[in-house]
Amino acid sequence: MLFESIRMSFVNIRKNKLRSLLTMLGIVIGVASVIALITIVRGAADDIGNRVISLGGKKIYINVIGTPLKQGLTHNDAEEILSVGNITGISPTVSGMASVVYQGKVLENVVVEGKNEVYFKADPDLLASGRAVNILDLKSRNQVAVIGFNIARELFFGRNPIGEEIIINGMTYTVIGTLKETTGFRPDSTNDAVIIPYTTALRVLGVKYIKTLDAYLEDTSLADQTIMEIKGILNRAFNYNEDAYNVYNMGDIIDSFQSIMSMMSMLLAGIAAISLVVGGIGIMNMMLVSVSERTTEIGLRKALGATPFAIRLQFITESIFLSVTGGIIGLIMGVLLAYILAAVIGISVSVSLSTNLLAVGFSAAVGIVFGYMPAGKASRLNPIDALKSL
Amino acid sequence: MSEIVSMKNICKSYYLCDEEIKVLKHINLKVYKGEFISVLGPSGSGKTTLMNIIGCLDVPTSGKYILCGNDISEMNETELAVIRNKEIGFVFQSFFLLPRLTALQNVELPLVYSGLPQKERRGRAKEMLCRVGLADKMNNLPSQLSGGQQQRVAIARALVTEPSIILADEPTGALDQKTGADIIGYFERLNAEGRTIIMITHDINVARHAHRTVNILDGQLTEARA
Repeated sequence: MLFESIRMSFVNIRKNKLRSLLTMLGIVIGVASVIALITIVRGAADDIGNRVISLGGKKIYINVIGTPLKQGLTHNDAEEILSVGNITGISPTVSGMASVVYQGKVLENVVVEGKNEVYFKADPDLLASGRAVNILDLKSRNQVAVIGFNIARELFFGRNPIGEEIIINGMTYTVIGTLKETTGFRPDSTNDAVIIPYTTALRVLGVKYIKTLDAYLEDTSLADQTIMEIKGILNRAFNYNEDAYNVYNMGDIIDSFQSIMSMMSMLLAGIAAISLVVGGIGIMNMMLVSVSERTTEIGLRKALGATPFAIRLQFITESIFLSVTGGIIGLIMGVLLAYILAAVIGISVSVSLSTNLLAVGFSAAVGIVFGYMPAGKASRLNPIDALKSL
Repeated sequence: MSEIVSMKNICKSYYLCDEEIKVLKHINLKVYKGEFISVLGPSGSGKTTLMNIIGCLDVPTSGKYILCGNDISEMNETELAVIRNKEIGFVFQSFFLLPRLTALQNVELPLVYSGLPQKERRGRAKEMLCRVGLADKMNNLPSQLSGGQQQRVAIARALVTEPSIILADEPTGALDQKTGADIIGYFERLNAEGRTIIMITHDINVARHAHRTVNILDGQLTEARA
């Protein structure tokens, strides 16, 4: 009998193609927007999340404000932090502004950052060409530079910059590598930066102290304990002035970032779900029209022995059939829309099975909820009145 | 002979703006197995209401109605549906075939509600259509059939569940003279095969074909000899 109901639903929907299509449209739009929104927001969140994790999931970020007497960390302080048990490496950053010159072309106010080899090892995906800053460069304070994407384009447009010599604040540096273009929104974009060994930077940028330092963790589960130890070192370095520095666990930042993103996507999906409810009302409306149109049919079926339950089942099935068909069309459109939008924005798409099942399940639920009342009305029709109505 | 229909003191009233309208007044009727009986009456006499009660589409206001040993007066809607499915085959004046189903699917319909598996349903429906002479029209839609053919499909649909009674409401009302006569011929043949038929009509010429005719007038039955 269930199979029969499904077949009848199909027959009836095919008979009223235009009407069924218009009715389904509400569900289609609702499901499509829920899927597209969730997929895109999740894709963006994954993208940013992955990037942050690849860069700093196992990273503790130390930012030093300093005291009037001691404006930052010294090389020895950094070495002490490196000696903490759970730390595999540290990457200090000293930065300043400088002018960069190549064959008469001058770029003013370029960010020059002094970094060490750990920075490059932590993210092997940084380099576009050439080599990274290595330990030898650091030890002998070589005058070498790795240049950002925009800098390479502006100074060397079309030419290979590797091996060329550029002048930074009056001193000659050899370009040893170029960085990949960083896309999307990220605060640590290196497109407009020049990176030199940090030992060299300490000497030439006129900076004596390290202001920021990344410490890489061996085991993230011990992060809290490691942070305590680092704070101990910093307290001693800054005479127990806790306002002189900030220590962030990137893992915590990622966690809170991800929870904000999932809240955002739930909120957006909730708004889109309103259109599903509107679509459901459309289905209810169509089912009510259908019941009054088919009064005779209902009467006849009852006369032939259809129980009220059988009639109710048939109309509920029809309503579910409509809403689930709409849901599946909406699902396909939503995924397509997500792919198109993602291609335009430039993020990756993550289509999750659970979201899709949820959307189709939700549209089935809409069918049940909004089909219940019309189906009940049909099942309560008196067969005599129904047969008389012809 | 065993009783199929046994009605005792059946009354049916409707209320129209608080006014009681007595449609059936103390009806007593017995129909035995194998009878061909016609209920003759003008419009407004209550014959349709009587048919609705015999067909378990409606329940009487008072009185006792026993159909094939089942007391109908106390049944709820679902039980009535089951009884209709099992015991009664309806033939209506305007056929009432579902326009979107083929002849075969229309004949199958009562068996769907009996819960028969599809294969068996199809076989029995085909057999019935062959018996009413529509073997070559099985996959036609009702709109592709003539009035007489549609009524034969309806008869096949009524027969397919092997009911205790065939209940026909003005079965020739929507047909021309000749086709109507053909249909009555069908009923006579079915009766000869031992089926119980109750036919409701306002046409005395149609009623004459039955073995027994009861007249209904103003909600009261009188036995008549044809």
